[in-house]
Amino acid sequence: MHFGLSEEQELLQETVRGFAAGECPADRMRQLFDEAEGFDGQLWQGLADIGVSGLAISEEFGGAGMEWLELALVGEVLGSYGLPVPLLGHALAAYAIEHGGSPEQKERWLPALASGETIGAVALADEGDRWEPESWSAVAYRDGALSGCKRFTTDVDSAGLFVVGAAGGELVVVERDAPGLETLRVGSIDHSRQVGDLVLDATPGERVGGVELARRVRDGALVLLAADAFGAASKLVAISVEYASTRRQFGQEIAQFQAVKHQLADMATQIECARGLFWYAAHAFDHIDSESMRTAAIAKAHLTDVAAAIARESVELHGGLGFTWECDVHIHKKRVMFDRAFLGTPEHHRRRIARQEGW
Amino acid sequence: MDLQYGSQYEDYRRELQEFLRSWPPTGAEAELPLEEQERWFRQQAIDRGYVYRDIPKQYGGSEQESDPLKERIILEEFSRTTVPLRAMSQGPAMLVPTLLEFGTEEQRAKYIRPTLEGEILWCQGYSEPGSGSDLASLQCRAELQGDEFVITGQKIWTSGAAQCQMMFCLFRSEPEASKHAGISYLLVPMEQPGIEVRPLKQLTGSDEFNEVFFDGARTHVSNLVGKRGEGWQVSRATLKHERKLIGNPRLMMTQFELLVALARKVERDGRPAIEDPAVQLTIAEVEGYVRAAETCNMRMLSAELHGEFAKVMQPMMMIKLYATKASEKIAQAAYDLVGGDGLLDIDAPEMGMWATSSDEQAAVHNYLFSKGPSIAGGASNIQRNIIGERLLGLPRDLRKTQDDGRS
Repeated sequence: MHFGLSEEQELLQETVRGFAAGECPADRMRQLFDEAEGFDGQLWQGLADIGVSGLAISEEFGGAGMEWLELALVGEVLGSYGLPVPLLGHALAAYAIEHGGSPEQKERWLPALASGETIGAVALADEGDRWEPESWSAVAYRDGALSGCKRFTTDVDSAGLFVVGAAGGELVVVERDAPGLETLRVGSIDHSRQVGDLVLDATPGERVGGVELARRVRDGALVLLAADAFGAASKLVAISVEYASTRRQFGQEIAQFQAVKHQLADMATQIECARGLFWYAAHAFDHIDSESMRTAAIAKAHLTDVAAAIARESVELHGGLGFTWECDVHIHKKRVMFDRAFLGTPEHHRRRIARQEGW
Repeated sequence: MDLQYGSQYEDYRRELQEFLRSWPPTGAEAELPLEEQERWFRQQAIDRGYVYRDIPKQYGGSEQESDPLKERIILEEFSRTTVPLRAMSQGPAMLVPTLLEFGTEEQRAKYIRPTLEGEILWCQGYSEPGSGSDLASLQCRAELQGDEFVITGQKIWTSGAAQCQMMFCLFRSEPEASKHAGISYLLVPMEQPGIEVRPLKQLTGSDEFNEVFFDGARTHVSNLVGKRGEGWQVSRATLKHERKLIGNPRLMMTQFELLVALARKVERDGRPAIEDPAVQLTIAEVEGYVRAAETCNMRMLSAELHGEFAKVMQPMMMIKLYATKASEKIAQAAYDLVGGDGLLDIDAPEMGMWATSSDEQAAVHNYLFSKGPSIAGGASNIQRNIIGERLLGLPRDLRKTQDDGRS
């Protein structure tokens, strides 16, 4: 029995952390946030160079052949540094192709995804906040072509291919230059993410799977969102601790006041004690089929909720500064807001748990 | 990661489950008086190495090789049953490890076996009316006169004092020494003229707690554990064992299962409450905390197995605060489910612990009881100080006493 990280997993996190700290320190993060591109090609290339773009893709297609847990661990680090890179949608698109596609489809798409040369994206949401595969109806897939509109598509400006959720829970791959494909970027509250509408008009696409695969993609996404929120919340605790330890009022560091100290202790406890939720959910995604759906839902609902609460506390702890644009708190807070809203709110997933349990 | 215990451990679990079904006895032992039945059952458990595992055989323990997985399985399986073992009571769980660490050979020989066999029940005498979280400020005095300590003062929150034969306790023996250096750890017989026990009724209605008044009570100098004036260090070790006593993840899971059962049983608008979406949301939210606490415990168990304690310092120091909060959330949700019945008085239970049935009375009792764990064994605000100062590295509070016990 081992429920902890291996040396290799720790090293992986250390490597990505080293990259993020070196290439995207706080001032760069702020600058990128203000530019609001939701994507930085140089950072993505750097991550691709250390193998992140193909982390969970099989070695036979040029990936690193690692598991979802490793991907989640990387996701945690990206979340804590607020990196504007497309890993979420990219990893999900690659997963859908690798686990649903034909040998020919895998051969065609996976190597370029693994190297990071092509960015993958997912289009999962229908109008009306409908994220679940069973509820998709906005895009129809007929005679090899897609028509309709998906909302909240990841990386609409940067992606080279999209895995689109069509009516009936079908997953269909379309390439960016396919006829009848239009993208319409919308502003994300989190400027480190890029989202928008994907409008398809008789656009040719190739099916890679049905509702079962779509559910797996959803569960994989929930794990990554939970990990990202965990990373962002942990960073918020760290910067709040640092601020409270240096900010002086009434002749002492404010962290010496128990009101502040206890608030920080509660924040740290709430997030750290829930770390195992995303570990467990990622492990279940890889190895325990029967628990995968449920643990992913719990991890996403709980961690994004807790992270959102911590973000609000962090604003307050920073006083007037916390209410400003120049303070990093808002950047991490918005990262969490994205993680919480994307793919359904905590309430949405708690309802799913209730249904699954037959309550 | 690997969440499997492995087949030899699953076999071990099955054997243990089989063993636990032997209570209550059905054969010839069923004719014995209850006390004899318990003795018989306990001996079986010792012979099989299920209890008293870290206590040497010469003192009546089962002296098993340390095995965190077996110990976890034992904890889980015993928690599912109502077998009459006092392995979790204060004597075997707290005093015996202390004697093994600090006691004289004479003390071990005299006390450990009768304690394990339930002949001697122990209560703990730490807190005083003026010394709770700031325990080291205690004032109850033990003065050495000849070969006896003479004790004067008062202890409080003493669980089971009326039923116990002995108390392990802290007294101020060197009034001139500084706060922490003036304390001694003594073992005191409860049945003597200088001791008066007065029950203290708890908010749950039960009176498990007591006040204990000492007026010239005596104990022989051979009952001093560790050196004079070093009782504080001895007691730290004991507190460590108390935290172990509180941190049983199975207890929380049981409470959560009872919450779900209660929600199936009680009604909202003529339908089972569990069909109410608002109730579902509450339960699912509470489950997030329960599962998180469970994974925390898995992390700690794993660290114990692989000698990776440094990696789990955070959850180890946080889990008490976290788990008691999570338990309170369960209790609150269960209490809300009983609706109007929440205003009905309850029968005082025999013991002031978690009730383990899914009825309305249990929910009301647990709602009241659930604040207890957040106070016992280091109140939540003290935990927050420890987390803030030792884990997060925040500056220490200004304290009005010079010597505040961070030894």
